Amino acid sequence: MEPHLTGNSVVDARAAAAATTTADATQAGTSKAPAPASGWSPAGVRSRNWARLPLGMLLPAIVLAAWQIASTAGAFSPVQLPSPAMVFTAASELVARGELGTHIAISTQRVLIGFSIGAALGLFLGATVGLSRLPDALLSPTLGALRAVPSLAWVPLLILWMRIGEDSKITLIIIGAFFPVFTTVSLALRHVDRNLVEAARAFGLKGVRLLTTVQLPAVVPSVFSGLRLALAQAWLFLVAAELIASSMGLGFLLTDSQNNGRTDRMFLAIIMLAVIGKITDALLGLAEKWAVKRWA
Amino acid sequence: MTAVLPHPVVTDRSSAARALPVSFRSLRRSFGSGPSTHTVLRDVTFDVAAGEVLAILGPSGCGKSTLLRATAGLDAPSAGSVVIRDTPVEGIDPRCAFAFQEPRLLPWHTLQANIAIGLPKGSSAKEGKAKVARLLDLVGLSPFAKHRPREVSGGMAQRASLARALARNPGVLLLDEPFGALDALTRIKMQDLLLDVHRAEPTTVLLVTHDVDEALQLADRIIVLGSDGGDSGATIVRTIEVPGSRPRDRASAELASLRGSLLASLGVGAH
Repeated sequence: MEPHLTGNSVVDARAAAAATTTADATQAGTSKAPAPASGWSPAGVRSRNWARLPLGMLLPAIVLAAWQIASTAGAFSPVQLPSPAMVFTAASELVARGELGTHIAISTQRVLIGFSIGAALGLFLGATVGLSRLPDALLSPTLGALRAVPSLAWVPLLILWMRIGEDSKITLIIIGAFFPVFTTVSLALRHVDRNLVEAARAFGLKGVRLLTTVQLPAVVPSVFSGLRLALAQAWLFLVAAELIASSMGLGFLLTDSQNNGRTDRMFLAIIMLAVIGKITDALLGLAEKWAVKRWA
Repeated sequence: MTAVLPHPVVTDRSSAARALPVSFRSLRRSFGSGPSTHTVLRDVTFDVAAGEVLAILGPSGCGKSTLLRATAGLDAPSAGSVVIRDTPVEGIDPRCAFAFQEPRLLPWHTLQANIAIGLPKGSSAKEGKAKVARLLDLVGLSPFAKHRPREVSGGMAQRASLARALARNPGVLLLDEPFGALDALTRIKMQDLLLDVHRAEPTTVLLVTHDVDEALQLADRIIVLGSDGGDSGATIVRTIEVPGSRPRDRASAELASLRGSLLASLGVGAH
């Protein structure tokens, strides 16, 4: 009989896992009797989670300290490297004038709109190409070629067509967000467990119902990795768009500060991009956690 | 598990005249084309009566599963046809329900939701819910209705897969070695469960198996697929009426001699 099903293999896997655990415990080489379970206890996992946040803040704290030391040591001029305090002052000044909030809001808005539209398009076309051969044969070569065009190459054309306004920037972000989602979704759908799909077809599921019942849930983890890549791309393309032509936004704050020699504000813009980018990614990560728990 | 028997399970109207007869007419299935054509099945012609339990035996790779897949419409024959009652099978056939070798449950759904996938098109939510609850009870999984497939044992998952097939009110129930991957004890329990289910919801059953004892225990009739020495490809080499009514004594002498003769047909000496 061919080795099907899971009964035995699960046991094997567990046995193997147990063996590794024991091996690890032995390797740890303490005089304690083998107590392989201790490392896996819920309490252990929880304490590791608690330790994550302080551990994650450690490196930024070190960087901040090094920055402070480097800026006060006199090796760099304040134009080259403003001190953390100067950046903080620049921030409070911009906040007081209400400008920082506007820059952040407009940038975030552009990213969210562009990301949503690009991701939705990527999901739709990725599903179409991943599921049926005709659209695949029809669209894949063209989309592959478009994906190969470097992002900045679009900018002159977009500005020519749409003028310098929201449309051209959001279109650029849509392009940036589209491809990661499109690629991951179309590839993942091609590798959905054929047995599951066949079983569902045998029970009369087809078309949209088959897609929503079997295929999409099966690719949820890939969809989210695509979405997270797309979000990072969206921020990247936002800055590209704002650097070239804009009067508001964090990218504008960067170029404007460069032109005015305000290195402190350039630092501020970069820090803001890092913080907001991380926050949006963390929010998406939370959604991913929930979705994977629900569907995988 | 046998305790679930006395339930008055046949309640819905649609199940009254449900068991359907199946005819295979000169069925042939080849794969590939040109000189590399590989024929798996040929000249398969036989009739299955409505409500009959037919076991299909044969060595590995002889096309047992192909025969079932053709019946369900999951695969199209190269020649010939499968006719259920009066209409030939073309495409996925809603009159059939399939239970596969593996449970093939959706891992992100509960057992309950997985069984509901088998419900025929157009069943109302209320009807469907009642039916799923009844089937969960029938296969002894009511306490696990809200569990995910990976939280239950292989045998339980296979029972859920059987319940999903039954949810379809099938005229023809297709079972492709459904108990093959289970341990011996669970397998016997599942066989008893299948007999209970068949008594409660008498449908036509085509059971592919490589287990001679299972075939003798469950079937009214057994066909053996194999090569008859002629062209390549398997065909029916033997048909046997299994004597006695179910449930049969697993230790009966008559069955033991049939067992030996069937094993000989499959090319295995009876020790």
